[in-house]
Amino acid sequence: MHKTQFVRTQMLEPEEPPVSSRGMVGWLHANLFSNAFNAVLSLLSLAAIYWILSQVLPWMFSPTWYGTSLENCREINGPAGGACWGVIRERWLQLLFGFYPSELYWRPIATFLLLAVALAPVLFTSVPRKLMYFTAVYPFLMPWLLWGGSIWNPIVAAMGFALGYGVYRVIYDHFGNLAASIGALVAPVLWWLFLAAPASSLLQGVIPLGIEPVQSRLFGGFMLSLTIGVVGIALSLPLGILLALGRQSDLLIVRSLSVGFIEFIRGVPLITLLFVASTLLNIFMPPGTNFDIILRVIIMVTLFAAAYMAEVIRGGLAALPRGQYEAADALGLDFWLAQRLVIMPQALKISIPGIVSTFIGMFKDTTLVSIIGLLDPLGLLRSIRADANWNGIVWELYGFVALLFFIACFSMSRYSLYLERKLRTGHQ
Amino acid sequence: MSDAAQIPAPNRPTLTVSDQVAIQITHMNKWYGQFHVLRDINLTVYEGERIVIAGPSGSGKSTLIRCINRLEEHQSGSILVDGTELSSDLKNIDKIRSEVGMVFQHFNLFPHLTILENCTLAPIWVRKVPRREAVETAMHFLEKVKIPEQANKFPGQLSGGQQQRVAIARSLCMKPKIMLFDEPTSALDPEMIKEVLDTMIELAEEGMTMLCVTHEMGFAQAVANRVIFMDQGQIVEQNEPYEFFNNPKSDRTKLFLSQILGH
Repeated sequence: MHKTQFVRTQMLEPEEPPVSSRGMVGWLHANLFSNAFNAVLSLLSLAAIYWILSQVLPWMFSPTWYGTSLENCREINGPAGGACWGVIRERWLQLLFGFYPSELYWRPIATFLLLAVALAPVLFTSVPRKLMYFTAVYPFLMPWLLWGGSIWNPIVAAMGFALGYGVYRVIYDHFGNLAASIGALVAPVLWWLFLAAPASSLLQGVIPLGIEPVQSRLFGGFMLSLTIGVVGIALSLPLGILLALGRQSDLLIVRSLSVGFIEFIRGVPLITLLFVASTLLNIFMPPGTNFDIILRVIIMVTLFAAAYMAEVIRGGLAALPRGQYEAADALGLDFWLAQRLVIMPQALKISIPGIVSTFIGMFKDTTLVSIIGLLDPLGLLRSIRADANWNGIVWELYGFVALLFFIACFSMSRYSLYLERKLRTGHQ
Repeated sequence: MSDAAQIPAPNRPTLTVSDQVAIQITHMNKWYGQFHVLRDINLTVYEGERIVIAGPSGSGKSTLIRCINRLEEHQSGSILVDGTELSSDLKNIDKIRSEVGMVFQHFNLFPHLTILENCTLAPIWVRKVPRREAVETAMHFLEKVKIPEQANKFPGQLSGGQQQRVAIARSLCMKPKIMLFDEPTSALDPEMIKEVLDTMIELAEEGMTMLCVTHEMGFAQAVANRVIFMDQGQIVEQNEPYEFFNNPKSDRTKLFLSQILGH
């Protein structure tokens, strides 16, 4: 018979882990050489990395910053070969700003520096909340700085929102929420369509204030990508949220419209939509209307991203337990309060990786506008490479553009990781 | 029912029941598709009553109390809560929901908010209570459920029993007239059931109108003034607890009691 009784007489002190699992040795063992197969893989990978770097680095560090043409670069580099960076030195401003008038470069620079200021309170909670007022003003400031023109244009546009709010307050007291919402939607639209332009030129006539206007066709380079990307991102998220909610709605018409829109947009390539924006849309417009091409592209890109966004957010909504809705209902929160305070914060948090993927994908898709003739970085590359001096240069130019996009996309990706870590509560 | 005001049971605090009607359900029916889940429910609850609803799973007991704050919609008959009829009128629904607290089996705390924020959310946004006052009220009720020190933690960092007590505090912060409990202890480890039941007993002793769906027959014997037994979507038997447990009338009740008390 086994003896199973046991009584501990002395408690054990904690000891250090063995040498093989701590410090440098432990790290190497755990990460690179945990068994024979992994050791071989590690060595092969190191060899591959060494080979790639030994090819790329000498090419990259070539003294051709002041090369004036591809021929000139070849002379400097000699038989060993190497990159020709002169093209970047000569054309980097163009790659950033397109044909934007060079004496006005301060405007796009100011626009994107101020963008950072406007985004700060949205992205980081440690930034003073007062800055949100600037964030609210920024959407009106940005187009004015970029396109220029009368200062009254953005002010009159902002007045539309003030009008909507005013109409809502007035109607709400007399006719309730639904009528007020409709009024708050219709009044500003009428204002923008029919009264905004005359009001703006009237004010401009009385008090002329403005900066030099810049035509859309002069826009280009990375600035154009950023403009389309930033506006598209900022608009597609709220639109995506509304579409996701619409898709879940109990109201048949709202649901059908949302589903129809999402499925249609997702079923069509972005390039088709861009062609519609650049050519077909003009056919449907009354003759003589000049609907800005960048604005048309932004609308299409936004709609495209919003359809994907809606599906990403729907995934987040579906992952929420029903109990969250019930608890919000049981506490007396109405639909919009429940969405705003309980459902969306959680659904969006779950969807962060998908949302950021959509953002990144959309930002990279802005390069497709080169196909409809806008001069984004890729569009410009074509003309630069057609230049007799630089004919034949590929890697340097595409590498530079890739670097610009990589910085933007990688920042978004890191931010999303930071956000996920910050929003992690408890261990559920 | 007001004659049931004084309950002659041993070892129980004497709890008074008013003759004001809190909830009046008449000829209420509900279907899920073709399935008739609630059949001709008639129930009058007086203010200060503590009712335990028992029955086998699928008997419709959860559905019944979820109809009272319109988490489920009934298709015929009427439900009056505190004199307001539950209809599809959204204003009535929101009014009733803010006066009827509910505690769920799975707590349903909001995991992205701290305990304190969970408790102040509805008072601030629905009742429009100033933030400071809402925080004071929340701390008062968190002390009452004996976890004020957890106020700044997130729900995920608390044990099940603590979470359920927070859920009770969160409901109480809305100063409800009626509390509904939907199997509040069913998802808890055995040693945590007691802390939640103690909180509920304390609440009952203060005269809160309570409807509890629960399998805790000890709780029913300790504080309920009425036990309702449901089966197949119907109220089969209701009685004061001493009689209900010791002298059940219907065969179905006898069978149920023998099954849950038999071991």
